[in-house]
Amino acid sequence: MNVTEADALRLLAAVRRLLDEKGIVSSAEVEARMAATDAASPGQGATMVARAWVDPDYRALMLEDGTKAAEEMGIMMRGMPPLGVLENTADVHHLVVCTLCSCYPRAVLGYPPFWYKSAAFRARAVRDPRALLAAEWRTVIADTVKVRVVDSTADYRWMVLPMRPAGTEGWDEVRLAAIVREGDMIGVTVPAV
Amino acid sequence: MDKEVLRAHHDLGGVSKFMCEKVDIEPHGLTAFDREVDALRQMLAAKKLMSVDELRRGIEAIPEEAYLRLGYYQRWIRSITDHLLRSGVISEAELRAVLEAA
Amino acid sequence: MFAAGETVRVKDAWPEAAGPVHIRTPHYVRGVTGEVVRRLGAFANPEDLAFGRPAERIALYHVRFQKGAIWPEAKPDDELLIEIFEHWLERP
Repeated sequence: MNVTEADALRLLAAVRRLLDEKGIVSSAEVEARMAATDAASPGQGATMVARAWVDPDYRALMLEDGTKAAEEMGIMMRGMPPLGVLENTADVHHLVVCTLCSCYPRAVLGYPPFWYKSAAFRARAVRDPRALLAAEWRTVIADTVKVRVVDSTADYRWMVLPMRPAGTEGWDEVRLAAIVREGDMIGVTVPAV
Repeated sequence: MDKEVLRAHHDLGGVSKFMCEKVDIEPHGLTAFDREVDALRQMLAAKKLMSVDELRRGIEAIPEEAYLRLGYYQRWIRSITDHLLRSGVISEAELRAVLEAA
Repeated sequence: MFAAGETVRVKDAWPEAAGPVHIRTPHYVRGVTGEVVRRLGAFANPEDLAFGRPAERIALYHVRFQKGAIWPEAKPDDELLIEIFEHWLERP
């Protein structure tokens, strides 16, 4: 049997042990990295969206240079792939997918959701986005709005800047960020009050 | 020429046989296994032992049946192991020895 | 070198047929004509990085396609926006 076909859990344990024994990657390093990765969450992206909703200069920065905009919110971007931000408008709704694997704006949203990595999402998002969004997320995009699907095929990572919903007039950034969900920044849902 | 026939099996955009497949939108939290594999890959990248491109290539080399059946991080650990063996960071003999001892 | 607004065609090439490769140009867009939105920068060629080979930096473009040019079923005016490396693009 090909050794890489061994049970995945056993394979991981064996590889970790060998790398640790050889002083290549220590157990402590893996643990530390896990903790650091766990700390990233969609809440980070939500703070960017909320700020863009109240501050036109920040919105402009976010659209011009997503990486710099993330750094301004205290998000560590050194060594991370460049971040691109897609602005939803009254005319265009964006949906992000990686049909080839699972490229995701992890630096600002954390781990990708299970469904984002699925064959069904990767296949359907590019070809039938409206039916997909309606059927699985009950998100209906009006006929007058164009759907633009962004396939993350190379070095950039993409997030959506959704439109600010009605009924949020006068809200501060903290309150606004609280209504921005992970799905809103991928484009499968839109923020609502 | 039918693009679906010519494509590599990981190249899934618009592929007809998935168009009626339901997307499971349940949250499905990550297991300890998932998080460890993810962290391990990041460490290998940080130490320039494996690039994300090499990871992807190794995943794409998994035969179609297994590719579609295996869980996401199960594909990763296969690719990582294959790469470490190919690049000589670990040997097959010592890997088998550790697997047998466990 | 392509300019924003320029019409480009993705090469109808299938390197997968010749042996193990790592290609980041999705199958569904090969041979399809679209429009350059902007140049995103220049990045090391993943086709070589994937095999540990020295990789040249190649210009990367964001290219927009009409959905109808790929899947004529529902909503042909919807769009796809895809990052494509320069060596995969040609003038139609």
